[in-house]
Amino acid sequence: MKDWRYWLAEQRGTLLALGIFIVMFIIYTSNHPAGFTANVVQTAANKGVLLAFVAMAQTLVVITAGIDLSVGMIFLLTNCLASWLVVGTPMQTTLGVIAVLAVGLLCGAINGAIVIYGRLQPIVATIATGAVFYGIGLLLRPFPGGSVNEDLADAMTGRVFDVVPASLVALFAIVLVIWVPFSRSVLGRAAYAAGSSETAAYMSGVPIRRGKFAAYTLAGLLAAIGGLFLTFFTYTGDAAYASGNAYTLFSIAAVVLGGVSLFGGKGSAIGAIFGALAFRTIGDLLFVFDFDPLWQPLFQGVILLIAVSLGAFALFRVRNRLEWFL
Amino acid sequence: MDSAVPLFQMEGISKRYGGVRALEKAELVVTSGSIHAILGENGAGKSTLIKVMAGVVAPDEGRMTMDGREVTFLSPAAANQAGIVCIFQELSLVPDLSVADNIVISDPPKRFGMIDRKAQRRIAEEALARAGAADIHPLALVKDLPLSRRQMVEIAKALARKPRILILDEATSALTAADVSKIFSVLKRLRSEGLALLYISHRMNEIAELADQCTVFRNGRNVASYKAGSKSDNEVVELMIGREYSHIFPAKPAAVPAAAAPRLEARKLSWTDRLHNISLTVRAGEVVGLGGLDGQGQRELLLAFFGVLRGLSGEVLIDGKPVAIRSPSAAREDGIGMALIPEDRKTEGLMLPMTVRENLSFAALDRLSKGGIIDRAAEQRLIDDMVGLLAIKTAGLDIPVGALSGGNQQKVVIAKWLMRQPRIILLNDPTRGIDVGTKQELYQLMRKLADAGAAILFYSTDYDELIGCCDRVLVLYDGAVKRELVGAEITERALIASALNIHGEESPVGLGARA
Repeated sequence: MKDWRYWLAEQRGTLLALGIFIVMFIIYTSNHPAGFTANVVQTAANKGVLLAFVAMAQTLVVITAGIDLSVGMIFLLTNCLASWLVVGTPMQTTLGVIAVLAVGLLCGAINGAIVIYGRLQPIVATIATGAVFYGIGLLLRPFPGGSVNEDLADAMTGRVFDVVPASLVALFAIVLVIWVPFSRSVLGRAAYAAGSSETAAYMSGVPIRRGKFAAYTLAGLLAAIGGLFLTFFTYTGDAAYASGNAYTLFSIAAVVLGGVSLFGGKGSAIGAIFGALAFRTIGDLLFVFDFDPLWQPLFQGVILLIAVSLGAFALFRVRNRLEWFL
Repeated sequence: MDSAVPLFQMEGISKRYGGVRALEKAELVVTSGSIHAILGENGAGKSTLIKVMAGVVAPDEGRMTMDGREVTFLSPAAANQAGIVCIFQELSLVPDLSVADNIVISDPPKRFGMIDRKAQRRIAEEALARAGAADIHPLALVKDLPLSRRQMVEIAKALARKPRILILDEATSALTAADVSKIFSVLKRLRSEGLALLYISHRMNEIAELADQCTVFRNGRNVASYKAGSKSDNEVVELMIGREYSHIFPAKPAAVPAAAAPRLEARKLSWTDRLHNISLTVRAGEVVGLGGLDGQGQRELLLAFFGVLRGLSGEVLIDGKPVAIRSPSAAREDGIGMALIPEDRKTEGLMLPMTVRENLSFAALDRLSKGGIIDRAAEQRLIDDMVGLLAIKTAGLDIPVGALSGGNQQKVVIAKWLMRQPRIILLNDPTRGIDVGTKQELYQLMRKLADAGAAILFYSTDYDELIGCCDRVLVLYDGAVKRELVGAEITERALIASALNIHGEESPVGLGARA
């Protein structure tokens, strides 16, 4: 086989998610009353990138064969924090942004430390830490409120050269600065190896613990970037429990749509980004078709089931039935 | 290298797992520029020995020296650092990464802090070429490769680490003949380059071709070291036997007449590359053993009967009638009445956190319930019978089964299936890791069940058990029945010789189809 075919096989999940997204987005814009205009794209992008950041965060943890049920709560906590700190002069605003991101890193590092060194199962550990993060967010913002540096917020949610949504540019930059170096570093490879086969990775002398710790920590950072953008869009901080939970669950859906295996070791954050954008678009399709919004969860669920079933076909090739359960 | 100081030396190494001693004051001397073969039967301590060398387990006592200096390895990475690289049986490849990723995994080439993919590709291609496996594409995912190719990747990966001591643990077991000869020339070249190679294999012909020095292990000790070729195959087998412990086995009844109709019969059973044309018969009242070295297809054969494997070719007959068993629940249906006592009771036999009672009644719930409601009284009666029959020692029926000792857990697994009164019982190494007392009870029970009319197929890695319990033993090698031993023919010598696929004084008999 030629090199490009291996590349294609590796990127299959990502390309499939990209395909789903493009198809859905074409259906969406062609039925949108305003059509394919810079405004429509900007609005869609601004909604999509929030989930995209949280899904990227989830991807990092899922690659290690873990799961992070606190990403939505880190997203809320950093939103509440940003509504206090990201204000004032440019200098103060910059410090505020740094502080918010640092808190995200810290949240992720706490998750990582508990899972790796405390040897708790990721699902339990992150439910607990998620509740703690939410609790802190609620103390910061018992009621929705606060404000944000509006110059920065408008710049991040506006358009570059009046065409490209700034939020997409930011997403692209984050991929370049965080995901690409991580996926090509020794730590990134350790995260993949640990997720695929922890024993094999251990036997090969891979730095499993550091790799997993990096994954959890960066996940906290990415969720915080999401929280920051949420503040830019809403101009307020709001510890809305339901919204945090929805982001956690949607991030898992987006990750699966994006071809990231929940068993670990496989997939990329870029796939998860397209998964997130596709998932958002599916949700919005109902509006352009004038359906009752009450149908949205049901519709999203059905689409998700269909997408996930595509990945299950491999089971038909299993020859030893005991492998179904591995 | 100064010949007075050996490259690597182990002195007085001991290792216990719970009450079981895996290594007892073992010694080993490894010199550079030679191929050293390690021999021994199942459980002789070979694999523990190399795990100690490779830093996977820490010895309880003893010391290791390299170039005359004492060393300790806290992890596989530390052993690698010192130049000891071990090729485990397909254990150390990460399935979702590419071949190239795997080859450089312990120490990837870096550029600006990131992995240099071009350099990685180059290293991988070189290593594959050195291992004689240039046909493997470096970008292929390991999980997409067949077993034999994966093994070649393992070897390439080891070579890329520039070892001084290379340990091969059954490294050729999954390889095709063409690959084996390639690997042999690679190994010989490495020897001439001054590497020390430790070669663990059950294939006597490979050892004869490769080895310079041989060491035989038995019961966790090295019992003999000799120059390769200075002993005959029979002498080597003699060295490998010689354990001295006796079990009380129940007396064997007179042989079931060969003319009796078979209860369970297989005709030309094949499955992927693990089972080849297996034909056998088991009659009611008979205990038939499956012998041979670990991993020669015995487990797969039992799973095939039990309906776990898909894509099986050949025929299975119950009471002379062809049947297609497609799942374990079909296998236990009344017309078939099959039970499998699995090898790993913790994952395949029991639900550890659930109670003894629940575990006992799982397999028989359909018999104990009417309209979906469990008849508690009938359940209790049956459970009482079983606990009495097997003398299960438990503080109560409502404690988690995980709290019982290993032997009693195994009794629960067996009792669970006996509650269905199976007509065919498949046992997959049921006495592994249980105490001698319980073992004896199980032997008695097996014979009692056979006497009551069950057909029993019994795989064991313990040759004494096969000799003590079985009316006939089929020896498997490489997924095929190599030999059938009947009655007095079942001796340790014959079992080991046929397990190693060398022909002892008796000539091989017809394979299985004696009915």
